[in-house]
Amino acid sequence: MLDQNLNIAYLVLSALLFGIGGVGLMIRRNPLVMIMCVELMLNAVNLTFVTFGAMLDDIGGQVIVFFVLVVAAAEVVVGLAIVVAIARRRPSATADDIRLLRG
Amino acid sequence: MVSLVWLIPALPLAGFVLLLAFGRRMGEPIAGWFGTLAIAAAFVTALIVFAGLWNEPDHTFTQHLFTWIPAGSFQVGVGILLDPLSMVMVLFITFIAAFIHLYSIGYMHGDPRFSKFFVYLNLFVFSMLVLVLADNMLLTFVGWEGVGVCSYFLISFWFTKEANASAGKKAFVTNRVGDWGFMIAMFATFLAFGSLNYGEIIPLAPGLAQGTATLIAVMLFLGACGKSAQIPLYIWLPDAMAGPTPVSALIHAATMVTAGVYLLVRVNPILFTAAPWVLTLIAIVGAATAFIAATIAMAQHDIKKVLAYSTISQIGYMFLAVGSGAYVLAIFHMVTHAFFKGCLFLGSGSVIHGMDGEQDMRRMGALRKVMPITAITFMCAWLAISGVPPFSGFWSKDEILGAALHKSAILYVVGLTAALFTAYYMSRLVFLTFFGKARWNDPAEQVAAEADTDVSAHAPAGDEIHPHESPWLMTVPLIVLAFFAVFAGLLNLPFTPRMEFLNRWLEPVVAYAEVTYSESALQLWILLGISTVFALAGIFIARLLWLEHRVPAEKLEPKVLIHAWYYDSAIAAFMNGPGRRFADLSALFDRKGIDGAVNGVGRATRGGGARVRLLETGYVRTYALTVAVGAIALTVFVLTRVISW
Repeated sequence: MLDQNLNIAYLVLSALLFGIGGVGLMIRRNPLVMIMCVELMLNAVNLTFVTFGAMLDDIGGQVIVFFVLVVAAAEVVVGLAIVVAIARRRPSATADDIRLLRG
Repeated sequence: MVSLVWLIPALPLAGFVLLLAFGRRMGEPIAGWFGTLAIAAAFVTALIVFAGLWNEPDHTFTQHLFTWIPAGSFQVGVGILLDPLSMVMVLFITFIAAFIHLYSIGYMHGDPRFSKFFVYLNLFVFSMLVLVLADNMLLTFVGWEGVGVCSYFLISFWFTKEANASAGKKAFVTNRVGDWGFMIAMFATFLAFGSLNYGEIIPLAPGLAQGTATLIAVMLFLGACGKSAQIPLYIWLPDAMAGPTPVSALIHAATMVTAGVYLLVRVNPILFTAAPWVLTLIAIVGAATAFIAATIAMAQHDIKKVLAYSTISQIGYMFLAVGSGAYVLAIFHMVTHAFFKGCLFLGSGSVIHGMDGEQDMRRMGALRKVMPITAITFMCAWLAISGVPPFSGFWSKDEILGAALHKSAILYVVGLTAALFTAYYMSRLVFLTFFGKARWNDPAEQVAAEADTDVSAHAPAGDEIHPHESPWLMTVPLIVLAFFAVFAGLLNLPFTPRMEFLNRWLEPVVAYAEVTYSESALQLWILLGISTVFALAGIFIARLLWLEHRVPAEKLEPKVLIHAWYYDSAIAAFMNGPGRRFADLSALFDRKGIDGAVNGVGRATRGGGARVRLLETGYVRTYALTVAVGAIALTVFVLTRVISW
């Protein structure tokens, strides 16, 4: 019974983290912070996977976390490279200044 | 040996490419000799292949070169079908074309675009060889269009003169009308057989539904009418005289106009399977063309125009033969006609050359004294075309008339009358040109000639004309062609089956559809006698009228005949009136309807895009919001569909 409550708590925590990350992504303009928000969302999902894996007694929940970690690492490499490149040219740039793809 | 056949079209093609690249650098005589050599080599190759063909089963040889259009079940290859029919065609095409090339070296002497002329000539011969050697209809069509475009280049070769340029255009456009028929026939053939290969469609033709066969046959006949200048599409040929004379010889004798007859003979089992009225139609059109063109030829003043109408008339005989089911005779007459008409045209070219470009017969006369070789060779061909025994034209024409009599007595009478006219107008031409008194510097004749607009070219005004015999380059081809014009009848003498070489040689191609009939020796001799009498009568009448001048010339040349029954003017009037309005209407439809639809699609896409692109703000946050909203919407959707509570 205690385990069950603890699991629910984990899920609520991950939902909160995911929500904070999502809202942060949408309202912040600093590219670095936005990438951190994305990381927060990814890790919230990881926490969910692990929790469900434990609840359902399924090893798959933990396995998939490794995949998410790899994807997140790759995403950070590309994302940070872009952030650094932009910061070098225009140190004060926010994400809103970079809108060359506007229609 | 027979596998060398691919060289026959390849040699003129090589000549064309090399002349195109280096022709101008080769300079005047060399480019001409080079072109002549390419065709002559093709002829020698054809002889070697001919020797090899005897050993092939059925005298037929096919060679697949490469696949041209591999599209699912629609397979078109580039291949060669060498059978007795295409062999005959190849032999006489390359032979005559080689001599026309040789002649052109002399005739085109001094022309600033000398080498370009041989570029076109070689391409012309190449196209014609592709046409006859093709193993499928589409490749034949390639050659068919090739000769069309070459005739355009060559007819308007001296394009600085407005009339020449429009004559080229007229030939091309008129031919397009016929090409339309050919294309429809091709579509129908593919629908019916699933193939365009002669090797596949010809053996299956007897099993074809009659309606389909009729459609194909009629459409092919329309195509043949255009290319071979038959009623109602003959109008381009007289204007084609605007080109240099060797071109006329090439178009009339060896290439181009024979293509239609060849095509009909090639598909003879389809004609046979079609409704019987198709063959009758072909015969009637042929006989009518032979007759009407002959009447027009009786009143023309331009030496080349007479010959042009004479060609139309003679091709009409070939169609009459096809319509009567006598395919071999059509080919026989094609071969003999190629020799004597080639000789006549080259002879007229020699006369024009000697007369400084004058083409009006009223300014000639007595030329036999100054141009003996031209005169003698021309007269050989004259007797041949007039049907005087034992010259070649007599045999081929008489046999066609025999076949026509077997089909219908009316056709025979029309054909015979046309033969009488033929003898008459050719004799008129010969008497006006080579006999009588010399009129070339007669000022009255000059004025009369230049007042008329029906003659396409005159000698420069004011200069005295000094007619002279042409150089050996031009007389040698004349002598060779005259020789064959006299003796080509030996190919197919009607007396015993043993003497009908051409008949036996072409047997495998036409065996299925050829109409056979037997006539007794007495009937044969009677027919030969009648033909002879008519030919001699024509010549005799011409002698009375044009040598002894029993009747003033004006009465013999009614206006209606000079103007070719006003057929050209009628077409022009129609095309400028209702035809023009119809064309304007279809142009309007093209502009508004077709172009409107096409442009409308483009405009709609652009307009839609301009609106949709506003969604792309470039703000990463907007994209994130969109993704978030989308994810929520998707989740809600899945929850409502999957989980039911």
